[in-house]
Amino acid sequence: MHELSLAMSILDMAEEEAGRRSAEVDAIHVKLGALSGVAKDALLSAYDLARTETTLETAQLVIEEVPVLIYCQRCEAPRPVPSIQELSCSECQTPSSQILQGRELQVVALELRA
Amino acid sequence: MNSTPRIVEVRKNILKKNDEIAYALRCRFEDAGVFVVNLVSSPGSGKTALLESTLTRMRTDFRVAALVGDLATENDAKRLQRSQVAVRQIITGTVCHLDAAMVENSLQDWNLADLDFLFIENVGNLVCPASYDLGEDLRVVLMSVTEGEDKPLKYPTIVNSADVAVVTKTDLAEAVEFDWPAASRNLQAVRPGIEILRVSAKTGDGMDVWLRFLASQREPHAAASHSTAQA
Repeated sequence: MHELSLAMSILDMAEEEAGRRSAEVDAIHVKLGALSGVAKDALLSAYDLARTETTLETAQLVIEEVPVLIYCQRCEAPRPVPSIQELSCSECQTPSSQILQGRELQVVALELRA
Repeated sequence: MNSTPRIVEVRKNILKKNDEIAYALRCRFEDAGVFVVNLVSSPGSGKTALLESTLTRMRTDFRVAALVGDLATENDAKRLQRSQVAVRQIITGTVCHLDAAMVENSLQDWNLADLDFLFIENVGNLVCPASYDLGEDLRVVLMSVTEGEDKPLKYPTIVNSADVAVVTKTDLAEAVEFDWPAASRNLQAVRPGIEILRVSAKTGDGMDVWLRFLASQREPHAAASHSTAQA
């Protein structure tokens, strides 16, 4: 369970950014890749716990889940995969270790209020 | 006063702090010419046994040391000290993984230039250690034959983050009717192209292949560091 420390990092980042702009945070937008090793629900619960009695107590956490995209050598194109248990092209089934997206664990944006 | 919310782009990795420390560690390891191996697996899959055997066999040819992560005990470090190489314990308390800062702290007074290999035994856990870069050169995922062939499918993220897979306790494979083709298929499905080694730390079977593999992985690094030293 490392979601709590991740939630605290998210809050730290948002606090720093909002402080620099002397603004209040309405929402924090996060991208979560399917191969990030983090579960959305666990992160949401951890976030609820972590924001209590901080300046970000009312800030919402908005999580966008990012599916895995591989580069298929055979199709010569980015392709989705059937599941994270099977990293192969969903069109032609060729396996690929070239992961184009799906590892994201990123704060992408903040909704701020002056 | 403007109360309309505005969107501000941030685009920062949540693990930015860890990634920065890991980057600094990686530079330090490279400068010192030490090859760093991060061992990850579930509890009880034989990390300590493999490491003890590895350290004991390697110390005649290489300068080796180990850092051992554990939630609460120093038992693993005590076991590893039998190999007579430098071993240091990192007790993580309730933290389920090692992070780059823990590694950095525990290496503070070590002269890394005195080492050829540094092994880091992560906390036994197939989930959390996947996300934490420790600045290692090689991430090894262990899977024992007693855990079942479908382990990679249950924990695809950590297997996907690994550079090589080592199937351990192969001396028990027959007893548990371990299905090698299925295990290999499952590992390849979640990490296409991954190299799979088989070892038994108990009988020594496969140890020579594992040790040769490690030496071959280090070679390009050793050469690079040597040429930098000369330049």
